[in-house]
Amino acid sequence: MTKAGLLVSRSVALVSGGLMLMLSVVSAQAIEIQRVVSDQGIEAWLVEDYSVPIVAMEYSFQGGTTQDADDKLGATNLLSTMLDEGAGELDSQAFQLKLEELTMSLGFNAGRDRFYGSMRTLQVNLPEALEMLTLAVNEPRFDEAPLERMRAQVISGLKREEKRPQSIAGRKFSALLYPDSQYGRPSKGTVESVEKLQASDLKAQRDKLFARDGLKVGVVGAIDAETLKKALDQVFAKLPEKTQLTEVKNVLPLEGKSERVDFDTPQTTIQFALPGLKRDDPQYIPAFVMNHILGGGSFSSWLYQEVREKRGLAYSVGSYLVPLEHTALLMGSTSTRADNADEVLKVIEEQMVKMGEEGPTAEELEKAKAYLTGSYALNFDSSGAIARQLLGIQNAGLGIDYINKRNDLIDDVTLEAVREVARDLFAGQEPSIMVVGPQTAPKQ
Amino acid sequence: MLKASKLLKGLVLSTLLAFPTPLLAETPQKADSTAFADVKIGPDIATKTLDNGLQLVVIPDHRAPVVTHMAWYKVGSADEAPGKSGIAHFLEHLMFKGTSNAPEGEFSDIIAEVGGQENAFTSTDYTAYYQQVAKDHLPTMMKYEADRMGNLVLTDEQVLPEREVILEERAQRVGQNPGAKLAESFDQMMFVNHPYGTPIIGWEDEIKKLNREDAFAFYDKYYTPNNAVVVVAGDVTMDEVLPIAQETYGKLKRRAEPGERIRPQVQRIPGERVATLEDERVAQPSLQKGWLVPSTATAAKGEAEALDLLSYILGGGANSRFYQQLVVDSQKATSAGSWYNSDTLDTTQFKIYATPSEGVPLEEVEADALAIVADVAENGVSQAELERAKKSMLAAAIYAQDKQSTLARVFGTALTTGATVEEVQTWPARIAAVTNDQIKAAAQKYLTEEPLSGYLLPANYEEPEAKGDAQ
Repeated sequence: MTKAGLLVSRSVALVSGGLMLMLSVVSAQAIEIQRVVSDQGIEAWLVEDYSVPIVAMEYSFQGGTTQDADDKLGATNLLSTMLDEGAGELDSQAFQLKLEELTMSLGFNAGRDRFYGSMRTLQVNLPEALEMLTLAVNEPRFDEAPLERMRAQVISGLKREEKRPQSIAGRKFSALLYPDSQYGRPSKGTVESVEKLQASDLKAQRDKLFARDGLKVGVVGAIDAETLKKALDQVFAKLPEKTQLTEVKNVLPLEGKSERVDFDTPQTTIQFALPGLKRDDPQYIPAFVMNHILGGGSFSSWLYQEVREKRGLAYSVGSYLVPLEHTALLMGSTSTRADNADEVLKVIEEQMVKMGEEGPTAEELEKAKAYLTGSYALNFDSSGAIARQLLGIQNAGLGIDYINKRNDLIDDVTLEAVREVARDLFAGQEPSIMVVGPQTAPKQ
Repeated sequence: MLKASKLLKGLVLSTLLAFPTPLLAETPQKADSTAFADVKIGPDIATKTLDNGLQLVVIPDHRAPVVTHMAWYKVGSADEAPGKSGIAHFLEHLMFKGTSNAPEGEFSDIIAEVGGQENAFTSTDYTAYYQQVAKDHLPTMMKYEADRMGNLVLTDEQVLPEREVILEERAQRVGQNPGAKLAESFDQMMFVNHPYGTPIIGWEDEIKKLNREDAFAFYDKYYTPNNAVVVVAGDVTMDEVLPIAQETYGKLKRRAEPGERIRPQVQRIPGERVATLEDERVAQPSLQKGWLVPSTATAAKGEAEALDLLSYILGGGANSRFYQQLVVDSQKATSAGSWYNSDTLDTTQFKIYATPSEGVPLEEVEADALAIVADVAENGVSQAELERAKKSMLAAAIYAQDKQSTLARVFGTALTTGATVEEVQTWPARIAAVTNDQIKAAAQKYLTEEPLSGYLLPANYEEPEAKGDAQ
C-alpha cells in the first residue's frame, strides 16, 4: 500500500527514461573515481566518501530476462526474488532476520540485458554485510517454501498487471514491436510459465549469468580501496570466469504497426515507438538532446507544451530513448480521456513530423544544452545515486573519464547534428502505436 | 525485483530523520538502538523568523554545491471551504502561471536553463513548492518564489485548460485505479465530520466548478508570509541565506491572518462500517481494516512513537508479525502489512491490509490478522522485536541523511503539521525510550475498537469455501 496523501503537481512522463543518459553527472565538484582491481583481477570503481557512515554498492552481470529460455519465461525475474530468501546455512527466515539485525539491505533486479544487484550497509556493519552479500551471490538455497511464496507473489503481480492499462499496453506493445525476438517476450514471464519454473531452473539461470567476465561494480561511501579489494574477492572471486549466454540477435522494432485493446477505463493509454539509437551510436548524444526538446524531462518540451499546457489534454506526456544491447527505441506515452485520444495522437504525430522536418530552433537547442549540462550536479544527490552512475557508465562502456567529458559532449552538439538525427529518426517514418482504452465514438 | 515490502520497511517511516555528521563519526561499534538515543538530529540547523512572520530554516550540507529550496504553506486540502474541494491542489497548479512581474513560464524557463529541478505537492495539511539548483542560483530562486507568494496573476485562458489537466489527473490517479476509488470511500467513512475524508484532489463535480475567483480567495487567505516556512538545505549557512531572504521574502507584506487551524473534529460513531468495491479491473481480492489514532500533533507523550513502532512490528517488513504469520507460516496471504502516517495535524488512521492466497477466503485471513493485533494488545511484543524495530527505524534515519532533499522535506512537513525543530531533533531519543508497555497500551487503547473494513473485489467475486482437509 502506498503512502497516500501527496499529489505532485507535474508529472512529465509516466515511464522514466531510458538507460543511460538520465544519469548526467557532475564535474564541478570533481568527484574522484578510483579504479580498484582486486588481487583476483576483479575491477570496481570507487568513490571514497566518509561524510555519511554508509557504504553503497551497485553491481551487474551481463545477461537479463532476454536470456530466459523460451519454455522458462520469467526465470531470471523469479531468480531475482530468491537470492535473499535463504543462502548457505541460513534459511529464508534466518537470512531475513540477519539482514534486519544488521540494518542492511540487498536488492536484486532483472533487467532485459543485465542482472542488477545492490547493497546498502552502515559502515560499522560492513564485514557482516559483506558476508551476507557473499552468501546471496554464491550460495542461494532456492528452498521450496520461499520459492512457492515468491512464485505466488510474482503470479499475483502478473495478475494485477493484466488489469492495468499501462501494463497491458507495455506487454502487448513489446510483442507487436518484436514478434520474433527475445525483446518481444514478457520479461517477467506469464502466469503459466512461472507456474512451471523449478528450483533447478533458477539455479541453472544463476549459473548462466553470474560470472566474472560480465561483472561491473560501483561503490560509494565509507570504504577504502584496500578494504574494497578484499571485499571484491570475497564476494565475486568464486564465480566462474565466463558467462554462458544465449545469442540475442540484433533486431529493429517494427514500424507502422498499430493495435488497440478494448479495456473499460475512463482514460485511454497511448504508447508510441520508432526505431531509436543504441548507446554506442555516434548520433546518440544529438538524439538525446533532440529528445529532450521533443518530450524529455522538463516542462518546456514540445509534447508537454502542446498536449498539456496549451490544450489541457493530459496530465502526463513524454518521450524517451530506450537504448538496449541489441535494439533501440524512441518511445513515448500519455493517457487521456477516451474521447480525446485521437486528438492527442494527432498532436503528438504533428510534433514528431515537425521535429523531423524543421527540427528545433537555435534558441531551443541552447536552452536544452543549458538544462542538460546544468542539471549535471543534481543527479549526484546520494551515495546510492552516485554508485548507480558509476555502474551505468561501466555498463555502457563509456570510460572512467566520461564524467568529465559528458558536458562537453552535450555542448558540442550542433543544430545541424540535431536536425540530421531528427530527420533520420522521424522523416518518412511511421511510428508504431499501442492504444488501450474504452471504445468511443469519434468526436463530431 | 525489489521487494517493496522488505526494502521499504525503514524508509517509509512517517518521519525520516538524519544524524549529524560529527556524531556519526563516533557511531558505536555495533549499531544498537540505545546508542542512538542521545543523538540530536541536525545540530547545525538554524531557524529565524522574519519581521513579516515568515519562518526560515537552513539545513547545512556541504557535500555538493547544490541547494534545495522549498517554500511550504501551512494550508492543505483539509483547510478548504465546503463545496470547494480541490482548490488547494488547483491553486498549486496555478502557481506556475505567472505573476505581475514575471509572465507565465519565465520562472520555469530560468530553472530549466540552469539545469534545475522543480515541482510542487499538496497534502491534506500543507502545500509546498521546491527547486533544486546549483547554489549560485539560490538568490534567483528566492526572488521568484517570493514573487509568486505575493503577486500571482491569473486569466481565464490559463485557469480553464488547467482545470481540464486536473480532471485528467483525477482520471489518471483515481478513475483508472480501483484501489484509489476504494480509498476515497474508506477515508470518507473513516473521517466522519472531518475534512480528511475529502480527497486531496477534490470531488469531480466540485473541481468542475472551481474558478479563478476561488483560486484567488484561497491564495489571498493563506499565501501570506506569516503562513509560510521556507526551508533551504544544502551548501549554505544561515549567515549567507538570511540577507537574501530579507531582500526577497522579507519585502512581502503580511497579507492575511489565517488564524488557528481548527477543523470540525472527527467523530467516532458506532456500528459496523464497511466499504466494498467490486470492479472488473481488480485481479485479486484484498482487505483493509482501519482505526482512528492520534498523530504526532495530537498524541499524548510517546504515543505516536509507540504507534510508529507498533506499525513496524506488526507489518513493517519480512520479519514482521503479519508477514511471518500470514505469508510465511500459514501461507494464507501473499502479502500483508500495516500503515500509519503520524505527520498530520489532526487525528489520523492506522491501517492493516492483506491479500489472501488463491483459494483462501478473505474472512479467514481477516480473522487471523485481527487475532495478531489482539495478541499484541493483550500480550505486548517481545523485547527482541522491539529492539529490532527501534534499530531499524533509527538506522533508516542515517540512510536518509544521505540525501539533502530528504531532510528539507522532513523539517518542512514537521513544521507545517504542528511540530517544532526541536521536536524533530529529539525524535531518536523518543523512539529509543518507548517501552513494551507503551506499545501494548497503544494497541489496547486504539486497536481493540471495532475497525472499519474495506474490501476490494474482482467482479462477481465469490468467497471460496474455507479450507478443510479436502485433498
